Amino acid sequence: MTRMRVKSTGAGQTPTLAIAMFAPAALYIALLIGVPFVLAVLYAFSDARIGSSGFHLVGLENFRSILQSPSFRKALRNSIVFTLCAQVIVILCSNILAMALEKPFRGRGLIRFLILLPWVAPVSLGTIGWKWILDSIYSVITWVLVALHVYKPYSAPMWLGEPHLAMASVILVHCWRLIPFSSVIMLAGRSAIPREIPEAAAIDGAGFWRTLFQINLPMMTPILSVAVLFGIIFTFTDMTVVYILTAGGPFDSTQTLPSLAFATGIAGSDLAAGAAISLFLVPVLVAVAYLMLRVAHRAEVV
Amino acid sequence: MAVVETRNLTKVFKEGELGAVNDVSLVTEEGEFLVFLGPSGSGKTTLLRMIAGLETPTSGEIRIGGQVVNRLSPRERRIAMVFQSYALYPHLTVYKNIAFPLKAQKVPKDQHKKKVEWAAGLLGIGALLDRKPRELSGGERQRVALARAIVREPAVFLLDEPLSNLDAKLRASAREELEQFHKSIGTTTIYVTHDQVEAMAMGDRVVVLHQGVVRQIGTPKEVYEEPADTFVATFLGSPPMNLLEFAGVIVGFRPESFLPAEIAPAGKQVKFRFVVNYVEYLGAERLLYGSIEGGSIEGSRFDSKEIISRLSWTMTAGYEPGSVHDFAVAEGDLRFFDKRTEKRTDPRPSPWQ
Repeated sequence: MTRMRVKSTGAGQTPTLAIAMFAPAALYIALLIGVPFVLAVLYAFSDARIGSSGFHLVGLENFRSILQSPSFRKALRNSIVFTLCAQVIVILCSNILAMALEKPFRGRGLIRFLILLPWVAPVSLGTIGWKWILDSIYSVITWVLVALHVYKPYSAPMWLGEPHLAMASVILVHCWRLIPFSSVIMLAGRSAIPREIPEAAAIDGAGFWRTLFQINLPMMTPILSVAVLFGIIFTFTDMTVVYILTAGGPFDSTQTLPSLAFATGIAGSDLAAGAAISLFLVPVLVAVAYLMLRVAHRAEVV
Repeated sequence: MAVVETRNLTKVFKEGELGAVNDVSLVTEEGEFLVFLGPSGSGKTTLLRMIAGLETPTSGEIRIGGQVVNRLSPRERRIAMVFQSYALYPHLTVYKNIAFPLKAQKVPKDQHKKKVEWAAGLLGIGALLDRKPRELSGGERQRVALARAIVREPAVFLLDEPLSNLDAKLRASAREELEQFHKSIGTTTIYVTHDQVEAMAMGDRVVVLHQGVVRQIGTPKEVYEEPADTFVATFLGSPPMNLLEFAGVIVGFRPESFLPAEIAPAGKQVKFRFVVNYVEYLGAERLLYGSIEGGSIEGSRFDSKEIISRLSWTMTAGYEPGSVHDFAVAEGDLRFFDKRTEKRTDPRPSPWQ
């Protein structure tokens, strides 16, 4: 494609121009993704620490020690739970939202805008808002529940202070943030289905569920997989929500791989161990990237 | 098999606006092939979609087999519909496309194969059952859509311009096949089209629609030869009926009845002096466009309108542009319309004199 486009400007300057056009993007990727990645791999096999200039390669020592650490195993399990639960909830809710927003009604534009807001707002701001909503002393939810006499004062659950509740809170806040994005993708997927097809299904005698599961969803598979794969990447690598809401606590019960890597590598100044932990994200992300490329390819072929 | 009936059926999309379908009352006959014909925007598809249950009527009643179906969902109306785009399920094979209505209507599983093969055999697509819709040609897709429609033996067939996506040659053969097909299954069929040739060729009766109003219902012969108003007169027939205004009445005659005086049918004739403006060559026939010398009345509505004569290719000699000839119309071929309502009126004795 590049070659074709360049041809029209004259054969003489082809390679130079192509290189000049590509250089900024290549440089950007190399500096912001390539270099840190290579450094992370290097650190993972070393004894690098913040505040010390010593640097020795130690082989697999870091991996051996983190595999033995209970916090790592907990973080790995939490990461998987966090990602899977969040994805299921996000896909379910965004599908329902997309269906609700499909047909025109009064105020649809406003509602679409409001639903998009959590995505547009900075993660940290939104999460800080949630931290207050779920706070152990000032929680709005607790206040409402107490006012409704569901709980007595001082005996209400601590949303971020009990292991299972904290995990649920982290998952739900993350879903709140991802649903808008996913809904927009689903909405695009639904509106790409020609109107006659669900109509034909209705005439053929299919009810709501049959049309949804045998016609609409299968036809949306390519776009659905894009939403899922993006969601997995966003969730698996996200640490903002965890970091701000619970910082991994209580007792590592909400610690995920990225937040543990941060806590160990940066906050705990053990760069080498942090790098080794974050390398465990790579296989999952590579697999997701591969699947994404395949989906994109399939969509092109069809 | 069933009879479809609409009573004062109206659909208004936006309040305060003109309805897409206005006060339509019609009844099909048992096993009839009824065609809704009209220009685009005439409400023919909306009317069909209301019968199918895809659109809710603003007012009026739809009956299928004597039962009021206004509140029934499409599946409960026992109708089948073929869409203009065919609306095949792109992710399913031809077999599964055809079997879908059986599954949806909970026909016992062991009958599926037999029924799908029967429907596919009837349409000659038995060899395509494992293909996906995107691997089919336009004509094959249309047959799959038809097979999907007949597989559960519906009471009524609704077809929404099913031939408009085919090329001209395929369309002619598909039309013939569709007619044969209707004869062999004998299900009451409603067919929507904007193509008058399709309507005339296939319809047992034709419903001519304009701006959501039924202008005329009749056999192809009736709507062509005895049009109910000037819209039907000019919409049907290509070229359309010639219209002239004389002494407060509109007189119409078909181009093929407007002939050189010497070959016009004997008997009572109305003679005109015809000035040929130009000639259009169409192979088997020629169209002469011109005007009537001294015939047009100043200020009347059809004053400057062209008059067309349609002649067989055997008699073209001498009709050069600018030449003037004696033409005539047999008096029995004249149609009279009221000047104000544009509706058909009784013949008047010689208004042109």
